[in-house]
Amino acid sequence: MKKTLILFVALLASVTLVAQQPDRKQPPPIGPAPSLKLPAIQKHRLSNGLAVWIVEHHEVPLAQINLIVRSGSAADPIGKYGVGSLTAAMLDEGAGTRSSLELADAIEFLGANLSTASSFDASSVRMSVPVSQLAEALPLMSDVALRPTFPVSELDRLRKERLTGLLQARDNVGALVQLAFPRMVFGPTHRYGTSANGLPATIEALTVDDLKTFYRSHFRPDNAALLVVGDLTPASALPMLEKAFGHWKADGMVSLVAEVPNAPQLTKRQVFLVDKPGAAQSQIRIGWVGVSRATPDYAVLEVLNTILGGSFTSRLNQNLREKNGYAYGASSGFEMRLSAGPFLAAAGVQTDKTADALREFFNELNGIVTPVPAGELAKAKNYVALGFPGEFETTGDMARKLEELVIYNLPETTFSNFVPSVTSVTAADLQRAAARFIQPERMAVVVVGDRKLIEGPIRALNLGPLTIVPIDDLFR
Amino acid sequence: MALVLSSPPAIGSGAALHAQAPALSVPYTQFTLPNGLNVILHRDTSVPVVAVNVWYHVGSANERPGRTGFAHLFEHVMFEGSMHVPEGDFDNWLEAAGANNNGSTNNDRTNYYIDLPANALELALFLESDRMGFLLDDKAPGKVDGQRDVVKNEKRQSVDNQPYGQAFVELASLLYPPGHPYSWPVIGSMEDLTAASFEDVARFFRTYYVPNNASLVIAGDIDIASTRQLVEKWFDEVPRGQPVEPLAIPTVVLDGVKRKTITDRVQLPRLYMAWHTPGLLKPGDATMDIIANLLSSGKNSRLYRRLVYDLQIAQDVAAFQQSQALGSNFLIIATARPGQDLAKIQAVIDEELDKLRTEAPAAREMTRALNQTEASFYRNMERVGGFGGKADQLNAYFKAAGTPAFFDQDLARYRTVTAAEVQAAVDRYLPKDRRVELSVIPGDKK
Repeated sequence: MKKTLILFVALLASVTLVAQQPDRKQPPPIGPAPSLKLPAIQKHRLSNGLAVWIVEHHEVPLAQINLIVRSGSAADPIGKYGVGSLTAAMLDEGAGTRSSLELADAIEFLGANLSTASSFDASSVRMSVPVSQLAEALPLMSDVALRPTFPVSELDRLRKERLTGLLQARDNVGALVQLAFPRMVFGPTHRYGTSANGLPATIEALTVDDLKTFYRSHFRPDNAALLVVGDLTPASALPMLEKAFGHWKADGMVSLVAEVPNAPQLTKRQVFLVDKPGAAQSQIRIGWVGVSRATPDYAVLEVLNTILGGSFTSRLNQNLREKNGYAYGASSGFEMRLSAGPFLAAAGVQTDKTADALREFFNELNGIVTPVPAGELAKAKNYVALGFPGEFETTGDMARKLEELVIYNLPETTFSNFVPSVTSVTAADLQRAAARFIQPERMAVVVVGDRKLIEGPIRALNLGPLTIVPIDDLFR
Repeated sequence: MALVLSSPPAIGSGAALHAQAPALSVPYTQFTLPNGLNVILHRDTSVPVVAVNVWYHVGSANERPGRTGFAHLFEHVMFEGSMHVPEGDFDNWLEAAGANNNGSTNNDRTNYYIDLPANALELALFLESDRMGFLLDDKAPGKVDGQRDVVKNEKRQSVDNQPYGQAFVELASLLYPPGHPYSWPVIGSMEDLTAASFEDVARFFRTYYVPNNASLVIAGDIDIASTRQLVEKWFDEVPRGQPVEPLAIPTVVLDGVKRKTITDRVQLPRLYMAWHTPGLLKPGDATMDIIANLLSSGKNSRLYRRLVYDLQIAQDVAAFQQSQALGSNFLIIATARPGQDLAKIQAVIDEELDKLRTEAPAAREMTRALNQTEASFYRNMERVGGFGGKADQLNAYFKAAGTPAFFDQDLARYRTVTAAEVQAAVDRYLPKDRRVELSVIPGDKK
């Protein structure tokens, strides 16, 4: 290949300037922060009303196209938990006139990455493709999103794959705690208490008709948006998008889906222990029902969590990792969804320090309600605000940020307002939010680990009533 | 990203297989400081962020017997402050500037990145130069002890508590003879981590963490001339060390099949097959990547299609070339479905390898693999910082190819792989009678 690199090589150039002497007595001063210049979101509609948002991003010859459907696992009917997730997974297992294998071959041949996914709040078909192949790739994407065929043989194959995956979850403390914690906080009936993928009994029972019903109810242009980011313009992209998605019509009436209600808040602290004999570490999760994405305290909680467990220098990580060496890392977070998702603090800790680690967790959870020192507050605000531009770097990053606006119905000013709202957070704001949203004496404490070694020391902490949860309970 | 796209010339260039494919161009400035530090600057103004990326050309392969895991333990100590940076303030100051940072260790190298807003570049240069030149003070022994506990928990979390976690430890000792630098795992053993002393830390620092054994890339929203001045300001006074001799290790070959079965607390058996293959960027290395793609990338790939899709006797299958400086490994890993046994899975894998040996892959299959590879090159150009961003890649090319100007040549390696070469490489590098076969079956953890 002809060398096309532009070189400005200056090997071992003689020093022409007298180097300044560095002053290492204090860190060098930092100049004024650069401002983020957000590119314009160009909003259009196709002839069928489907919203199309385009952001031009011309650095690399790629296009990212995300079709977002505003319904996810939270819309699963009771008794059919997992149907939304399986519906999304089946979209590219046969669509239009192509079989599963033919689709995969056609997509990969173009160098495209196409994925289908769902969360509690949304379903998606996402594609990254060299922009030179966009015209070829869009008809494949629209087949997947608009004309899936749901072959029964493919459903049976994915069903077995998921059931085997759940069998393998029994091997892994990390997988077990991810099933256990939401179940203990939200219970077996609230949708957030069960994995979005569902559990064996329901996965066994799901039929092609179940999937088709879910699909017809939710995959419709008036419940979707198309997010387009990359080396293109509205003039170049809209005709292709119209051809691929403009004829999409809703099938029947808009189906009304009740919002997921906020789960009842926990009232007293309880400990749940899942036995995993021989585990080298205990996986710990401590938390309760948190907040929804619509919370007016969004920026305050971002800063609060950064201080508590959202950064390397956060209190939980400094305590459990750097000060005590009990863990490789410790963290916390609010999972904000359309309804209130969990708040949780988390770590994997060495088995013989499980109780010590729990005590330190509660020291930090209790301590966060007292006023945060000014330096710590300033550091956290800077970390959140100054790191924000980096979240818009790639075509994929940008499309994901746009998804937030669509799924949570947020105004376009959300991004431009974010940095000022972080900058204005005060220590009093944090104290008020901590008192309301972090109440350690009412949280669930979930531990997956070697019971014979950790039960006694945990009981001795007197955190609250302790329940042994059989592993089998996590799978039904 | 400042990806400069050049149209292929109308006449001349011999090897261009894809007339429409744009070239990958990452313009840079390179210079070496008097102390031997290699510096590469790349300007990309797409976001107001700068990536500072440092590679030290030392990895677990440089460890001494009885001190396995040491290169990685040392990497941890690098974040604990240095002579002019109090313990904890490396991260405190960076976070207060809105920066993210991390490091990683493998067999061949240790890398560090700091991604930060463009206005804070000088802070990163102060911190990187201070830990390169002045890491150790009287608090260092305590820091080593603290990180020793952290690393032991990293091992518990990422190896000991992971299903099948022991497999890669076993594979290393099956593939390589005792004493070979790749025969032990990067994370090391608990005993060796316990044994590591402050004296070891000091010796390792003096030997390997010297500017003449390192390479600094600064990429992003920078001004080239003033950035060069800042680099000279902060790094000129870092003292040069003794030259670091590259490891000279004879190539390892297997003279038969090495079989082993171990037990673990797992529900399903898993098979690992491994071979010795050409080293990173050596002739044949890219061919093995293409073979991996043909075998296990996508539903139509040969092993996935047979084992997971058609027969449904495996839950998953992966094939990949693990490229390393002193010689690579090619691995095939498959997990059995409940009730299925590994012998059947291995027989199907051998059937598929034989097919590739005896019959060249079809043109469409080759083009599909190449198009996926090419698209992945573009995706990798999107990010400037972090692990695998452009800054990290410039350093990787500098170490492996001797020049950061290697994006195009790297892609050309794949563009020129032929179906006949694939066939020949399977025959030569993936023989049935010289390989490692490791089975992990349900039982007690050993």
